[in-house]
Amino acid sequence: MLKANNISKKYKTVQALSHISFEVGEAEVFGIIGPDGAGKTTLFRILTTLILADEGTATVDGLDVVKDFREIRNRVGYMPGRFSLYQDLSIEENLNFFAKVFNTSVKENYDLVKDIYQQIEPFKKRRAGALSGGMKQKLALCCALIHRPTILFLDEPTTGIDPVSRKELWQMLRRLKEQGITIIVSTPYMDEASLCDRIALIQDGVFLKIDTPDNIVAQFEGTLWGVSADRMSSLLQDLRKEPGVLTAFTFGDTYHVKVDPMKIKKKELATKLEEKGYQEVEIKEIAAGIEDCFMELGVNTKMN
Amino acid sequence: MKFFTCWQGKRRRQNRKFAAFSSFVHKEFLHIFRDMWTTLILLLLPVLMTVLFGFGITTEIKNGKVAVLDPSKDVATQGIVDKLATSEYFTIAYRVNTEQEIDDLFKQSKIGMAIVFNEKFYENMLHTGQAQILLLADATDPNTASMLNTYAGMLIASYQMELSKNLGTTPLQITPELRLLYNPTMKGSYSTAPGVLGLVLILICAMMTSVAIVKEKQMGTMEVLLVSPLRPITIILAKTIPYFVLSLVNLTSILLLSYFLLEVPFVGSFLLLIAVCLLYIFVALAFGILISTLVNSQLVAMLISGMVLMLPVIMLSGLLFPVNNMPLVLQWFSCVVPARWFITAIKSVMIKGAGFDAIIKEFLILLGMAVVLLGVSIKKFKNRLE
Repeated sequence: MLKANNISKKYKTVQALSHISFEVGEAEVFGIIGPDGAGKTTLFRILTTLILADEGTATVDGLDVVKDFREIRNRVGYMPGRFSLYQDLSIEENLNFFAKVFNTSVKENYDLVKDIYQQIEPFKKRRAGALSGGMKQKLALCCALIHRPTILFLDEPTTGIDPVSRKELWQMLRRLKEQGITIIVSTPYMDEASLCDRIALIQDGVFLKIDTPDNIVAQFEGTLWGVSADRMSSLLQDLRKEPGVLTAFTFGDTYHVKVDPMKIKKKELATKLEEKGYQEVEIKEIAAGIEDCFMELGVNTKMN
Repeated sequence: MKFFTCWQGKRRRQNRKFAAFSSFVHKEFLHIFRDMWTTLILLLLPVLMTVLFGFGITTEIKNGKVAVLDPSKDVATQGIVDKLATSEYFTIAYRVNTEQEIDDLFKQSKIGMAIVFNEKFYENMLHTGQAQILLLADATDPNTASMLNTYAGMLIASYQMELSKNLGTTPLQITPELRLLYNPTMKGSYSTAPGVLGLVLILICAMMTSVAIVKEKQMGTMEVLLVSPLRPITIILAKTIPYFVLSLVNLTSILLLSYFLLEVPFVGSFLLLIAVCLLYIFVALAFGILISTLVNSQLVAMLISGMVLMLPVIMLSGLLFPVNNMPLVLQWFSCVVPARWFITAIKSVMIKGAGFDAIIKEFLILLGMAVVLLGVSIKKFKNRLE
């Protein structure tokens, strides 16, 4: 469905993307996960024919992104990271407009957007600018879908919206996948990675890894502990000073600590921390999540 | 049969394309009318400007305040002063005894004109057969000054005729001598309607069009529109049409106001007048499109339309200052201001009743500008974001 081969893009001094290659299959939900400024939006713009890559080639639905850009524009749905609808038009007007722009009508493809549209329909007379973040994204998704695209590009659709809406949005994406639509979605939230069929971890314009979420987690090597205590602020520094501790990162309200089990044991670490005056010290062995893998990969690239 | 279905398919596709286009135009109108203030400004500003400019620089002067310095106080001077006082153009506001008083009155802008008679005015006139009257006019407002002068001259001439008839002797000669104060080189009057037309059309067409197109860029909607079957040229065209329609409404309101309220004469061919206006609208729209292809923020688009288009239109088109009075460099510069040619052409057609042959130069220059501007804009259209 989509093939990218060795894509690079440079803005004046910043290398936004370097040598990106990947493939996405039909009806696959492909996640591109990485922090802000990693190059996600640039990649999306190249694949949606909005900008040209300096190097490399890409095809979308078998069409070249440079040569056949007009035909591609008929087939893709694109939802930019920034809310890009007309704020002074109502929900209804926005949707009708985008349907007409794509030479279709709301009626024709209503079944595709029905699930999503029904949630915002009670407010259809309201101006898009007055909607909540979640409703805006739902409307934007409707507008991107209204011409029944074969492939959907969603640039950070869940950024800045509430957890409930985030969950709903992902449920919708699963349903669209069932309808046979290929979805390329980017997100800075690593906990959304497990909702994709396959993911690519991107940082500083480089794909660190492409695999299924399960495989990426399975490939995590080493022992991981979750550590917490009463004085969290100084704990991280103290943990990093311990011999046998390889890495330590903040993870919600605990620290994830990767250790060399040959050098240090759980009890040992607990005692040492208590000697330093920490109370309520808790150390648990945990299974690595996708974030741990990303942290690890991120650290590795920085060290290189 | 196969051909027929193929033709039908093509027909349907074309219909759909047109539906996309017309839906875009519809959306543009929604943008305009949704914002009440924009609508109000767009529709009322031209009316306001026509009326303000029209009455502010009105070509008709009523009750011009006059000071009289009359040392003779005889039949003739009294007759002339009465003649002025009874006309609707003048009010004798002050009778003074020294020239210093006149000077003061002028400096305080209390009078627009002063009339100075010699001593023994009537006596001298009968002796020599001629007399002089000094007319002083405040030329900081050149139009008023020249109007007052003309009216005063007419009234004095008519008094002179009456007097000669009554006396039945050799014709008497009263020569009004005009002295323009503060601005001796002032040039003749202009009519305001063409100027306001030139200004308003640039304002609506260029500024609003460029801002509306740039807004799509700034709000990120251009990004979505580009990833659609719409071609950039369709987008641009659809965005300009509402402003084209609006400028037609404004054109109508300005012409109506000029004719009925300001009583500007419409001597020439109405069709020619409309043709010139349409051409100018195209130039202005092309300017707006060009600006929108060059900049990425609404503020910059507004500033450019304001600085680069509006100011020269006001300053260099001859609306406020006659082009002939400008320094040579500015005169050259004024050649690239479309309004200059537009205003000249419109004045010729509307007021002097000139035909197409008289304005062919202006017409061709405006046509050339439209072609060049549209050409450059189309060249600058981008199929992509950068």
